[in-house]
Amino acid sequence: MPDLGKYAVEVGLAYGVSLALLVGIVWISFVQSRSANHDLDAAEERWKNG
Amino acid sequence: MSLWEYANPRRFMAITDRVVAPAFGLAFLALAVGLIWGFFFTPDDFRQGATVKIIYLHVPSAMMAINIWVMMLVTSLVWLIRRHHVSALAAKAAAPVGATMTLIALLTGAIWGQPLWGTYWVWDPRLTSFLILFLFYLGYIALWASIEDPDAAADLTSVLCLVGSVFALLSRYAANFWARGFHQGATLSLDRDENISDVFWVPLLFCIAGFILLFIALVLMRTRTEIRRRRVHAITIRERAT
Repeated sequence: MPDLGKYAVEVGLAYGVSLALLVGIVWISFVQSRSANHDLDAAEERWKNG
Repeated sequence: MSLWEYANPRRFMAITDRVVAPAFGLAFLALAVGLIWGFFFTPDDFRQGATVKIIYLHVPSAMMAINIWVMMLVTSLVWLIRRHHVSALAAKAAAPVGATMTLIALLTGAIWGQPLWGTYWVWDPRLTSFLILFLFYLGYIALWASIEDPDAAADLTSVLCLVGSVFALLSRYAANFWARGFHQGATLSLDRDENISDVFWVPLLFCIAGFILLFIALVLMRTRTEIRRRRVHAITIRERAT
């Protein structure tokens, strides 16, 4: 671990907040993608079966 | 093959199916290399101390915040001129990613500003135009969500995108236009004397590549999601009609 001196809180906070936001947008995008895929499969199945 | 063939949703889905996973892989690799290198293996700046390590997040996210809006502007213009649905959906898909990048740039900038300027926020031209850009992102997302007819939503959000482009440009050039405020000028320059030192520049380059690749992967995946949602919407309308 590098010695961040008196700026440890600022640097840690910047990395923590940024990585949390990046992980958040990736996670939301994956969940929405899976949900849309599932909805489309269900709708096409319904349409096929009349 | 014409570029416009990619605007066919079926063709777009077939091509991007093979691209999304490798783009995510490369993005995570570039980000891991850049951030680990920058955080653990670069020295402190002689003036800014360890806070210089925030550069690896702040600069790439700020660059992406502006460039994503420019990408949305281009795809919105394609929608307005050529009426290709995939381009309108790509702009819609990019907006939440752009808002996230703008928020990261604002938050890391505030955290970085406190030890250097003695305050988290000043109404500096660049900071203010960035805040307005963030509000434009939120407005753009809200406008898409508030209109039921997808084509009308695409039309109105495209116009909003044109208006917001002024602030995207301002947030890039505000420091040059007004030549005042706390925020420094461009961090990166083609002029070797103006550019930051190589010891910071190389890991920063990896981080920038990582952010760009992450955006590409996300926007492709989110556009695919929007195309699927549009297809579900079309099937539902047909079911109601029969």
